[in-house]
Amino acid sequence: MISFSAVAKRYPGGQEALSGVTFSLAAGELAFVTGPSGAGKSTLLKLIPAIERPTAGSVVVNGQNVGALKRGAIPYLRRNLGLVFQDHKLLYDRSVFDNVMLPLAFGALAPRDAARRVRAALDKVGLLARERANPIQLSGGEQQRLAIARAVVNRPAVLVADEPTANLDAESAARIVDILLSFNQVGVTLVVATHDEALVARHGRRVLRLAAGRLAAA
Amino acid sequence: MRTWLRQHRGALARAVRKLAAQRAATLLNALVIGVALSLPAGGYALLANLQGVAQRFTFEPQVSVFLKPEAKRAELEARLRADRRVAALRFVSRDQALAELRVAEGLADVVATLERNPLPDTFVVRPADGGGAALEALAGALRALPGVAHVQVDSAWAERLAALARIGRLALAALAALLATGLVAVTFNTIRLQILTQREEIEVSRLLGATDAFVRRPFFYLGLIQGLAGGVLALAILWGGLWVLNLGVRDLARAYGSSFQLAFLPGGDALAVAAFAALLGWVGAFLSVSRYLR
Repeated sequence: MISFSAVAKRYPGGQEALSGVTFSLAAGELAFVTGPSGAGKSTLLKLIPAIERPTAGSVVVNGQNVGALKRGAIPYLRRNLGLVFQDHKLLYDRSVFDNVMLPLAFGALAPRDAARRVRAALDKVGLLARERANPIQLSGGEQQRLAIARAVVNRPAVLVADEPTANLDAESAARIVDILLSFNQVGVTLVVATHDEALVARHGRRVLRLAAGRLAAA
Repeated sequence: MRTWLRQHRGALARAVRKLAAQRAATLLNALVIGVALSLPAGGYALLANLQGVAQRFTFEPQVSVFLKPEAKRAELEARLRADRRVAALRFVSRDQALAELRVAEGLADVVATLERNPLPDTFVVRPADGGGAALEALAGALRALPGVAHVQVDSAWAERLAALARIGRLALAALAALLATGLVAVTFNTIRLQILTQREEIEVSRLLGATDAFVRRPFFYLGLIQGLAGGVLALAILWGGLWVLNLGVRDLARAYGSSFQLAFLPGGDALAVAAFAALLGWVGAFLSVSRYLR
């Protein structure tokens, strides 16, 4: 499902964020990507939806070599991935409902079916009652749940979450993790970057531990 | 196909919503475009009216040969017909000329006051060669014929008018090109500002799988609608301007016994103005999107 082979990523200016990273994730697997700040967690996650391209090695997602994808093919790759960003990346000029509707606007779903999907996703994360609210009115935890709803509305096979529990209180963080795990339980491949070692220890799943851009444990 | 149409409908709806959300700015932009476009459109309308007037008269060069009362018409006609420089010949008797004058706009009253017919018999000659030198040579030869009182080359004023109209058209084309460039620049800047204000939405949409076409489409519609609105406004300004001008033109024409009025652009031309404005808007949007949405 996801395969990294001798992947390196060097940013312009010479900083090497990743070096010689190799691992594979099977369909339905859950992996935590951990490590201290600056270890390369976010860079690793950004390589999966081709937000960044590897400078060496190959990244294969759903059978596609992401590094070799043409610009025009990237949107179609991303539509099959669910992305949850650390800073949520919500649009505050529209409602909760419209935020979740956004990824469906690019696709071929009829408006009525799309609306049904949106409500199902909002229901799954416990925000159905807030569909008309503006995201600004939501708490940090609710905003993250909204971001998850938007990530899963396309029913992706892979869900990638970058620090989904950062800046959240323990209760909100636990709820976010429960929601993410519930998607993994129904077969969604889940990659979660976190620096919360306690969270990783609590769930005892596969851990990709990064240190200075190199994979210390996989 | 249905998806493609739905996405276009969605892009159009988003563009309309954006324009509606910024009503004042939208109106001002359309006004700028409208005022700028109304200038060449107005000039075009005035030229079309002028051309309409000029076309009532012939632009084909002709020479009027006015005869002395004692002139021998048959002999003169035979000589003219034998001349290879004469392509066609028409005789207008003095009675016929007076009758034509009587029905001419604004001259009926003058003709009615005449006690006798002052007009001479005339041959109207259409020369084989309408060039200036050949025309002058022919006119000189005709002047030398016996029984000829006066020779007048009738096309000179019409040629001057046509030349002036050509200059007017060229000046209008230059003005239109200049203002079109300005309109493209206005739309370019409007779309640039829209892109800047929607940078976050564009970034998020791309991260979630929006194609370049999906992201760009609403901006194209934005430019198109803005241009179209400007074009329609230009036509409204032109219509209003002609209406006001016609208040004065009507009185002036009446003083000459004419019912002449400045006409609005024909339907096809009006549509072309609106379509051209829409196209300029689209071009401005295209340039802006190509520059800022790479």
